[in-house]
Amino acid sequence: MDELSLKATGRSRRRLLANRFAEIGAVAAAAAAILVLGVLVWSVFSRGVHALNLDFFTKGPALFGQTGGGVAPALVGTALLVGIATAMALPFGVLTAIYVSEFASRRIGDQVRLWLDVLNGFPSIVIGIFVFALMVKTSLPVVGWGHHQSAFAGGFALAIIELPLVARATMEVLSLVPNNLREASYALGVSKWQTVLRVVLPTAGGGILTGTTLAIARAAGETAPLLFTCSIAGQLIDANPSHSVNSIPFTIFTDSEAGDPSLHQQAWALAFVLIAFVLLSSLLARFLLERSRRKLGSAR
Amino acid sequence: MEAASVPRPDGLRRTRRRGDRLGDWLLYGLTAGASLVGVLIVAAIMWRVADGAWPAIRVFHLGFIWHNEFNPVTNKFGARDLIIGTVVTSFGAMILAAPLSIAIGLFLSELAPPSVRGPVGTLIEMLAAVPSVVVGLWGIYVLAPFSAQHLQPFLGSALGWIPIFAHGQDKVPSTVFTAMIVLTIMIIPITSSICRELFLGVPSELEEAAIGLGATRWEMVKSVVVPSVRGGVVAAVILGLGRALGEAIAVTQVIGNFIPLKLSILEPGDTMASRVANQYQGAVSNLQVASLIYLALILLVITFVTNLAAQRVVKRFEYQRKGGD
Repeated sequence: MDELSLKATGRSRRRLLANRFAEIGAVAAAAAAILVLGVLVWSVFSRGVHALNLDFFTKGPALFGQTGGGVAPALVGTALLVGIATAMALPFGVLTAIYVSEFASRRIGDQVRLWLDVLNGFPSIVIGIFVFALMVKTSLPVVGWGHHQSAFAGGFALAIIELPLVARATMEVLSLVPNNLREASYALGVSKWQTVLRVVLPTAGGGILTGTTLAIARAAGETAPLLFTCSIAGQLIDANPSHSVNSIPFTIFTDSEAGDPSLHQQAWALAFVLIAFVLLSSLLARFLLERSRRKLGSAR
Repeated sequence: MEAASVPRPDGLRRTRRRGDRLGDWLLYGLTAGASLVGVLIVAAIMWRVADGAWPAIRVFHLGFIWHNEFNPVTNKFGARDLIIGTVVTSFGAMILAAPLSIAIGLFLSELAPPSVRGPVGTLIEMLAAVPSVVVGLWGIYVLAPFSAQHLQPFLGSALGWIPIFAHGQDKVPSTVFTAMIVLTIMIIPITSSICRELFLGVPSELEEAAIGLGATRWEMVKSVVVPSVRGGVVAAVILGLGRALGEAIAVTQVIGNFIPLKLSILEPGDTMASRVANQYQGAVSNLQVASLIYLALILLVITFVTNLAAQRVVKRFEYQRKGGD
C-alpha cells in the first residue's frame, strides 16, 4: 500500500501556488509604493541638502550675475498665504462641523458632507481659476482688493482648499466625543450652546488641531491655486496681503522649468524644505490624532 | 422640605431661558450660516467659472470641444487634443493604478500582520502628502530621464508594432507616458486607502466561512472579499481618476506641453489642466483668457460628475459597514 503523503498534489498544489502568487503580488505592490516614496524623498534630500545654509533662509535672490542668494521672500510669502488661508478656513470649517454634528438632522448633515466632499474633489487649478474670475480679473470696489493679484486672493484660494479638510476632520473628532459628556452637561442644567462651547469643543480640541495641521500641510504645497491669483511678485520680502507675494511651491515650479542650473539647485533645496515640513507635520498630526482618538475612545 | 429653602424656580428659569435661548439660537444661526457658506462656495465656483468662460462659449459654442487649434495669434481656440490628452493620461494612470491599489488595499487589510499594517499604511499615505510640484520636479529630473533611457526604449521595442507605443525620432523625456507614471504615483495612495477601508468593512464572518470551507486566502479574497465590495472598489478607482483628470502642475512639468497630439504615448502631449497651468502668464487677449476658463469649466463638469457618482457609491458602503457592525 502506498504511503499517505501530506504534500499537496494536482489541484490542491495549483490552488496553493495561486495563493502564493497572489500574496507575493500584494506584498510587491505595497513594497513598490514604499520604494517610490523612498526614492522620491532620497532624491530630494540628496540634491537639496547641499544648498541649505543660513543665507538660503535669510536672503533674497541674488542679483543678476552673482551667486548665492536665498529664498526668504518665498518663505515669508508662503507663511503669509497659509496664515490668511487658515484664518479664513478654520472658523468656517469648525462651525460647519459643529452644525453637522450637533444641530443638523441626519439628512441635512449628509448633504453638507456630500458638498464638502465635492468641493474637496474639485481640481485645485479650477479653484485658482474661480478666484481669478472672482477677484483678480474683475474689480471688487467695495473691498478695495481686486484688479490685481494679491496674497489675499491666493490665501482665499488656499482657504477653499483647506475648508473641506478642516471641516471633515473636525466632524470626525466631534462624532467621537462621548455622548455621556453631553448628557452629563445637560443634566446639570447647562444649555446647548454652553455645552457645545465648553464641553464638546475643548474635548475635541486636540483633534481639531491635528485636522488643521493636515490642512496647513496640504495648503503650503499647493501651486495650482496660486498661478492665477498670486504669481507675479517682486524679489523682496513682502508681507502686505494686498500685494502679490512669492511662495515656496510657485518658486519651485518656475525654477524647475528655468534654464539656469543654479535655479534647479534652488528648486531642489526648496523642495527639501517643503517636503520636510509637509511630511513631518503630517506625521505629527497623525500621531496626535491617534492619541486623541485613543483618549476619546477610553472615555466612552 | 420647606418651601422657603427652595429657590424660586420661575424667576430663575425665566432669566436662564432668555440667555440660553439667545445663545442656542445664535450658535445655531452661526453654524448653519457657516455650513451654508461651504455649500454656496460650490455653487459660486460653478457660476463664476461658467460666467468667466461665457465670452468663449459665445464665440465657439460646443464646437470648442471637437475643434483642434489653440492659437493665440489667430485667436482660434479648441480643446479636442487637450481633452483626448486628459482622457488618455488619466485612464492610463487609472489602468496602472487600479490593480496596484487593490493589491495594496488587500495587503493592508488581509495579509499584513497588525504590526506592519500601521507603519506601511502611514508611509503610503505620506506619498499622498507629497506636494504635486515636488512630484513634478522629481518627474522632470529623475523619472523622465530614467523613463527615456530605460522604460520607453523597452516599451518601444517590445510593443512598438502597436501604434500607440511607436517610438519617436529621439528619446524625449517629456512624454504622455511619463505623465501617466507621475499620475499613477499620485493616485495610488488615494485609491488604495479607500480600498483598504472597504476590505476591512467586509464582515469577518463571511471571510471565516470561506476559510472554513477550505478556501485558500486568495480564493477567499477572490470569491468573497472583492465581490462584496465591488461597487465600492470601482468608486474608489473613479475617485482616483477624478484626481488624475484635474492634476495640473505635475503634469505640465513632465508632459512636454505639445499639441497637436501624436498617436504614440511615447511622444509629448498636453492635457486641459496642464494647458491652463502652463498659460498662467501667457494669456493676452480676453478671448484667450475666456478659452482657458472654458477649459477649466469642462474640467469642473467632468470632475463634478465623476466625484458625485463615486461619493454616493462609497457612502453606501460606509452605511453598510456601520449597519453591519
